[in-house]
Amino acid sequence: MQGNLACVEGALVAGCRFFAGYPITPSSEIAEALSRELPKVGGKYLQMEDEIASLAAVIGASVGGLKSMTATSGPGFSLMQENLGYAAMAEIPCVIVDVQRGGPSTGLPTSPSQGDVMQARWGTHGDHPIIVLCPASVSEAFYLTVEAFNFSEKYRTPVILLMDEVIAHMREPFEAPADAAECTSFRVEVIDRLNTDVPPEWYFPYDESTPSDVPPLVSFGEGFRYHITGLMHDRAGFPTERQDEIEPWWRRIFSKIDHNIDQICMYEADGVQQARTVVVAYGCSARSAAHAVKLARAKRYKVGLIVLKTLWPFNESLLENLVGNANRVIVPELNLGQIALEVERIVGRHKVRRVNRVDGELLTPRQILEGIEGG
Amino acid sequence: MAVREEHEIYQYLRHKKKFPGVWCAGCGIGIVLAAIIRAVHRMGLSKDEVAMVSGIGCSGRMSVYVDFNTMHTTHGRALAFATGLKMARPDMRVLVVMGDGDALAIGGNHFIHAARRNIGLTAIVINNSIYGMTGGQYSPATPAGTIASTAVYGTIEQPFSPCDLAAAAGASFVARSTVYHAVELDHLIERAMCKEGFALVEAVSYCHTTLGRLNRVGTAVDMMRALKEKGITQEAAAKLSPDERADKIVRGVLVDRDIPEYTAEYQKLIDRVQAAIA
Repeated sequence: MQGNLACVEGALVAGCRFFAGYPITPSSEIAEALSRELPKVGGKYLQMEDEIASLAAVIGASVGGLKSMTATSGPGFSLMQENLGYAAMAEIPCVIVDVQRGGPSTGLPTSPSQGDVMQARWGTHGDHPIIVLCPASVSEAFYLTVEAFNFSEKYRTPVILLMDEVIAHMREPFEAPADAAECTSFRVEVIDRLNTDVPPEWYFPYDESTPSDVPPLVSFGEGFRYHITGLMHDRAGFPTERQDEIEPWWRRIFSKIDHNIDQICMYEADGVQQARTVVVAYGCSARSAAHAVKLARAKRYKVGLIVLKTLWPFNESLLENLVGNANRVIVPELNLGQIALEVERIVGRHKVRRVNRVDGELLTPRQILEGIEGG
Repeated sequence: MAVREEHEIYQYLRHKKKFPGVWCAGCGIGIVLAAIIRAVHRMGLSKDEVAMVSGIGCSGRMSVYVDFNTMHTTHGRALAFATGLKMARPDMRVLVVMGDGDALAIGGNHFIHAARRNIGLTAIVINNSIYGMTGGQYSPATPAGTIASTAVYGTIEQPFSPCDLAAAAGASFVARSTVYHAVELDHLIERAMCKEGFALVEAVSYCHTTLGRLNRVGTAVDMMRALKEKGITQEAAAKLSPDERADKIVRGVLVDRDIPEYTAEYQKLIDRVQAAIA
């Protein structure tokens, strides 16, 4: 199965019932497959006039109670930043798949890249938290899509599935389970939106006193008539300019993510404890890195590997604990250093060696091995 | 602005701390708000089954004041948000309130495609032919020669009509009136809301605070009087020469046709696909 199609299977298992998008390489297979599959399960596919409208429709459908997603690539992801900010501000669950290609602008439509790591974090204006997941295999494209929906519903936040062209178009043997109950190889449960147990007159869609920091979101049309806005708002959703309402709101939307960082930040660590050199990788580069680590160990280098499945939020204390003893940290990326900036911030610049490739081709294990072997 | 409890629109407003509103004294937008409420009231709709989605600008603030399911979206995108909501909840009546800059400039693409899709939304464009909230910059609906804060020598661009645009793009229902003709306006909104497909009502208004002041055309009362004089029926318009018609506002139902509505068609598609599997 292809990575893009595994993402589609994951979306259907997670309960996605609405997709709005605009065709763009290398993500189009997701739209094509969902246009075929969604009506079968009573869901709806809608081709919008552009990516701005696509994410707007996704948010509208989510407010109407449907688990909703869109899929795009860099140029379309740029257009979505406006309404991505709206989803963050209004706390509307939605999933955005960005199958990265070489950029900026039209760039390299069919070449792999990992250039959107920082755009996924900070693409929309203003201070906001975000969750970004990054699969390194076809099966992970499935499971992380399910998790993307789970996180978006559980934390009332937009979640970005940051794929790259290699994972999206690669085919690996993988049979998607028909539903969550059949998933065996990975912890998969499907999380639905928390509903409120209070009557409409007591309901506040942005109630700052919710213990989890995530107030339940009731769908439109259910008898809870409330207001949603992209303006800064009070607990009832109405615009506010009161300082005593603004700062608590900001603190809450960050803390709902920060307090759950250990659940949100998924990773795999291999042989890190004894290692003098640790490779920190993600997406397609993690595959080359795994092979490079194997080659290095054959040469008796003590090398560890950390594969990040959650890129944002970046788990600082986790990385500190895992690579604190290492002398050197290798960060291979298909860009000129984006996650490397985070790693450098945590372990110090002098310890980090960047291994980068931006010619439209994959990093080879040999390139990463040279990084491991280099002085 | 105090609304008495016995007044029919009282029960549709959010009273606590939402009034006085943001609109300038003398603004026409409140008249459109009242017309919408009268239409909803006459149709006997429950407030729970009505959603109002609005864009950005003076008109965009309307959604705060009404006690429906309300969503104040991003500039120009109200129809795209509303499209998703209508797809999720075809049973709801979705009103989309926009201004002329909102619907025709930044949202022009969404406007023509919502009309083309003929999705069952009731779009209300409050056309004051200027960007009011940001301080009187010219919009795609500003008549050529008008002074605006970004056209101090007068605009040299041709305006276009939201009604012509919606009609050409395939809307089921297109109508126009003015905030002076308030009773006619609520009847047109009611007819638009009863229509299955995409329906547009253009409510011609004015902005005395920006355009009125910059062009020295008088107070809100003067601008309201101008709407009274310029607003003519289609029958009256038919008797005028093109030159005489040029600065008139032609009121009434301009398009009313039965075209399959999008969410209903989509449900048929789902039924067809599911029947084939079974």
